[in-house]
Amino acid sequence: MDLILQIVAAAMSSGTPLLFAVLGGILIERSGIIQLGAEGIMLMGAVTAALLYLRTGSLAAALPAVLAVSAALGLLHAFLTVTLRVNQIVSGLAMTLFGSGLSAFLGRAIAGQPMPGAVPKLDMPVLDGVPVIGVLVAHLDVLTWLSFALVIALHLYIYRTSWGLHLRALGDSPPTADVMGIPVTAFRYGCVIAGTMLIGLGGADLLLVFSPAWIEDMTAGRGWIAVALIIFARWNPLRALLCAYFFGALDALGFRIQLIGSSIPSYFLKMIPYAVTILVLMYLGWRNRGKPSGSPESLGVPYIREQRL
Amino acid sequence: MLWIIPLLVVLAACGSGGSGGSGGSGGNSGGPASTGSPSSGESGGGDSAAAPGEEASGKPSVAFVYIGTPGDGGWTYEHDQGRKYMEEVHGIKATVVENVPESADAERIIEELAQNHDIVITTSFGYMDQTLSVAQRYPDVVFLHCGGYKTADNMTNYFGKNYEASYLTGIAAGKMTKSNIIGYVGAFPIPEVIYNINAFKLGIESVNPDAVVHVVWSNTWYDPTVERQAAISLLDLGADVLLAYQDSPATIQAAAERGALAGGNDSDMTRFAPEAYLTNPTWNWGPYYAQAVQEVMDGTWTNEPVSGSMGDGMVGLAPLGPSIPDDVKELVESAKEQILNGAFDVFKGPLVDQEGTLRVEEGRVLTLEEILEMNWFLKGIEGKIPQ
Repeated sequence: MDLILQIVAAAMSSGTPLLFAVLGGILIERSGIIQLGAEGIMLMGAVTAALLYLRTGSLAAALPAVLAVSAALGLLHAFLTVTLRVNQIVSGLAMTLFGSGLSAFLGRAIAGQPMPGAVPKLDMPVLDGVPVIGVLVAHLDVLTWLSFALVIALHLYIYRTSWGLHLRALGDSPPTADVMGIPVTAFRYGCVIAGTMLIGLGGADLLLVFSPAWIEDMTAGRGWIAVALIIFARWNPLRALLCAYFFGALDALGFRIQLIGSSIPSYFLKMIPYAVTILVLMYLGWRNRGKPSGSPESLGVPYIREQRL
Repeated sequence: MLWIIPLLVVLAACGSGGSGGSGGSGGNSGGPASTGSPSSGESGGGDSAAAPGEEASGKPSVAFVYIGTPGDGGWTYEHDQGRKYMEEVHGIKATVVENVPESADAERIIEELAQNHDIVITTSFGYMDQTLSVAQRYPDVVFLHCGGYKTADNMTNYFGKNYEASYLTGIAAGKMTKSNIIGYVGAFPIPEVIYNINAFKLGIESVNPDAVVHVVWSNTWYDPTVERQAAISLLDLGADVLLAYQDSPATIQAAAERGALAGGNDSDMTRFAPEAYLTNPTWNWGPYYAQAVQEVMDGTWTNEPVSGSMGDGMVGLAPLGPSIPDDVKELVESAKEQILNGAFDVFKGPLVDQEGTLRVEEGRVLTLEEILEMNWFLKGIEGKIPQ
């Protein structure tokens, strides 16, 4: 039981950065824009958080800066894909390369320096006695709580509000949305910028909560896993939570399998999250063969008013 | 796209501001001789201008290849300190290439450096074959490779008996553990890490025969997120003292959050979490680098492998952390005296391995070759060495 709780706790802590990135990706892709830049955006979020937090010692300065930098990256992606209608895959890949290069450059001077303090925790002593839940949530940091709130807010937004209906219409059929009077371009800009801010926050969470020192390429592929998780979660925020924690658990599992004294080579254990990514994709593809994938129908298609599709 | 320019300016300003506040690492790595990107032409260009001048003054030109950045606070940091010491002693400026992967790229970079330097120093085990291959093509250049075992007429290897300090660290760990569960995050299952874990265990055993050491392999030298996961899995197991044979302080930071004690490797890591700091083996490469350069200048250099020790100062022990009581400090100090006097051998029989096989008979002392090939764990260590 303890072991399971420990794995769930570890899954939550390593799954939260992924969760932010997946939620951001869902918001962007729901509006019909492909999002492949998560790796670079997370790195930019992390390095911005590190630079500002080290310099000012204040999270109140670091987090808004993270949001501002990610919003700028989102604006760039939106400008390229919505206004200029460049290939969304290429724009996303460029974002990844740009983000990893620039973050490595900006972070050179602070590589390895520990952060001045931990992210404040929301202590709830009331819950201490409660089994399971008390252990898991009584002393979580504020960013993790924010991620819970975002899951619920996004879910309600997408499925329970008329704005969410507009969003879904936008992703499935921009001409219809346009006819309905939804401002397609502005809406897409808004979604891409807001979603990119969430992805940047995922990078900041990785740095501030999970591994409090900047190092080059510290995301180590998490951005790409987040891209895959958008598909596993079938663009649904609640499923995103499960998927992110599932992958967090796989991340944490490797060392625990080593510790039980299993004779599986540690190299193989390290491969688990990546191998499972491929297996789950294969499984979903097989199970959903012939059915709609849940993907927004016009994902990746730029919208040009009055153009025949 | 114009709007991104102010963003970049702001970020760059933050970057330089950060380096100003970072004490040593930022300011020092920004010199003209150092370049962050191995692929940039800066290193070749910068040093080819410098090399003739240095040769005119009779001083050799020296190049360093680093696996990480001096900002890692551990392994590369110490090599960089050694470089600075050597530069000061000889009044020369060395070329530095950081973040060189242990791949085919390394050979290309080592070769470029060999073309216009007299001494090339490669500071990671994984550069061994690349260094050897370049050394064979550049017989007039001297190559110093850290941690390996291959040599050529113009290439030697150097390392130190850091297991002596691991033994002392074990004494402190054995005294400080209350749960009798001690965790060890090992980078790779190679002899260097294995004999340090065994020495650590022997140190623990000398003061606390009941304590068990649990080992997990991270399969990376430097990845704080992975190192942290490994540390947390050990803390969850109940470990209250951790040691990490890794290049980053992630384990110490994780231990600090749980009120456990921890040590790292390579460098005094007190500053990362003073209250949680135990101690760990440290390196001091400067005197060796200065001496090797001197020998090359004098023409007395040979390819005889160098194995430093606590006695000659290449290996040291970081000061024990502020939470360690004085009686433990004294115990470690007296054991250190014995090692310095040469009155004590770490790997002395009887030594029994995990399966219960007697590996070293009573009274026999392992030779350096045997230590450098060690591929078995002592009894009392939980963990597997992939075969």
